[in-house]
Amino acid sequence: MSAVPSPSAADRTPECAAFLWEVMDATPGNSRLNMCIQCGTCGGSCPAGAEMDHTPRRLFAMIRGGLRDEVLRSNTPWFCVSCYFCTVRCPQQIHITDVMYTLKGMAIGAHLYKDNSPPDFSQTFVDYVEHYGRSFELGLATRFNLRHHPLSLPGLAPMGLGMLMRGRMDLLPHRIDGMAQLTRILERAKALEANP
Amino acid sequence: MKMLFYPGCSMQRNARPYLDSLLAIREAIGLELEEVADWNCCGATEYMSVHRVAAHSLVGRNLALASRQAEGADTLTAGCSACYLNLAKTDQQMREDPRLRAKVGDALAAGGLSYEPGSLKVRHLLDVVCNDVGFEAVKAKVVRPLYGLKLAPYYGCQVVRPDPDNRWDDHEHPVAMDRLLRALGAEVVDYPLKTQCCGGHMTVIGPEVAYGLIRRLVNGAASAGADAIVTLCPMCQLNLDAYQVEMNKFFKTEYAVPVLYFTQLMGVAFGRSTAELGIGKEFIAAAPALARITDEPPPAVEAKKKRRPRIEDGLPMPRMG
Repeated sequence: MSAVPSPSAADRTPECAAFLWEVMDATPGNSRLNMCIQCGTCGGSCPAGAEMDHTPRRLFAMIRGGLRDEVLRSNTPWFCVSCYFCTVRCPQQIHITDVMYTLKGMAIGAHLYKDNSPPDFSQTFVDYVEHYGRSFELGLATRFNLRHHPLSLPGLAPMGLGMLMRGRMDLLPHRIDGMAQLTRILERAKALEANP
Repeated sequence: MKMLFYPGCSMQRNARPYLDSLLAIREAIGLELEEVADWNCCGATEYMSVHRVAAHSLVGRNLALASRQAEGADTLTAGCSACYLNLAKTDQQMREDPRLRAKVGDALAAGGLSYEPGSLKVRHLLDVVCNDVGFEAVKAKVVRPLYGLKLAPYYGCQVVRPDPDNRWDDHEHPVAMDRLLRALGAEVVDYPLKTQCCGGHMTVIGPEVAYGLIRRLVNGAASAGADAIVTLCPMCQLNLDAYQVEMNKFFKTEYAVPVLYFTQLMGVAFGRSTAELGIGKEFIAAAPALARITDEPPPAVEAKKKRRPRIEDGLPMPRMG
């Protein structure tokens, strides 16, 4: 991955691409998103591409076109499985997976999504980490499925029981000792994130 | 060799067999692992979707704790793909993005910590075993070769991609684990899907997508005649093993390919007991596959036949050299 800086203000043309620069600014490092040549290697490499509203290629054209609402409402970033195939295959070395993370964060910030279950899953995971410092699978699976797929719970019970019987699931979460320290770190980070 | 070790949440519980088998073999391969004290979750692929700077600061705390504890050891190793990648990626992005570096540094300071990016080498356990311990050293410890066992080496995504520190020979067709399994005496089947996705979190938020991916991987291994799939990641193991049962229900299929960690197979070859290695805790039982291990080494592969002699009075063809 290159360490070339993002384009400076003077190079940011055309001005109508404001949303493109916004996405790039919110992505750590230089994501090179402005270099997209619309070749479609990303969508062709994507294991979840068939389920997406827009292929990554199309989504990037929409970002350049400033279709902010449509982009943030798209299910595309939420179907990204973080396999990084597109990222290593992109001939322009665009950090596609990283851009997908950025779009998820922006969609949550703007409350723009069609199906609230993927963002809710992420948020539930985050809540456990922020309470205990560790993830908690039983709580995560139960809380998420109760809210979004209550009818699936009886069907999932055998697996949960199987995990417990095999000693592969905890009944209670584990809290780290440095929880107060972690909370201070995360609160400071969020404040910095809100005021760049 | 002494290294800092980040187990991660999965290894503590759902991938306990991975941790147990690692602990059972570490002495044999001369690995001295020191757990990072009071580490926190790496955030998996979820935290980063909600808060960017906080996600890197979450990982930053682990890097800071590890570097404080380092005392000469400069390598931090993790067994889980997502944990490894999050640690490696935060380190890399802090190196490359001064803005992020300043923000994460500021956040860590609020907790009385600091981290100098680049001061630790973050590496996956497979990388350490293959490249530092080495295949010869592993082979030397084999007391019960895995003769007759056919294995499909499955790397998944995040260890070989995006590979922030350029540690791997290939992002799509790596061979390190293939060579490791051969060193244990096993036969490695051709498995072109070796770095395809296991579905990740889609098993929870979009099961139909995940089941399709799982079926492809399990079917690929079964068609190649593999007795088992070998993995290096708790998420891959969970998806291919526990969710193989759900996938079978969904597609009305009857696949039964066990999924083991490479450390478990190293343990078997090193003569450790299955109980010690956590074998038996998988949903698709591995015992029938392991019962296929024989004492007889497989017959040596016949050398390739020599090429057909060139017909001298044939049509003119280009010649090499």
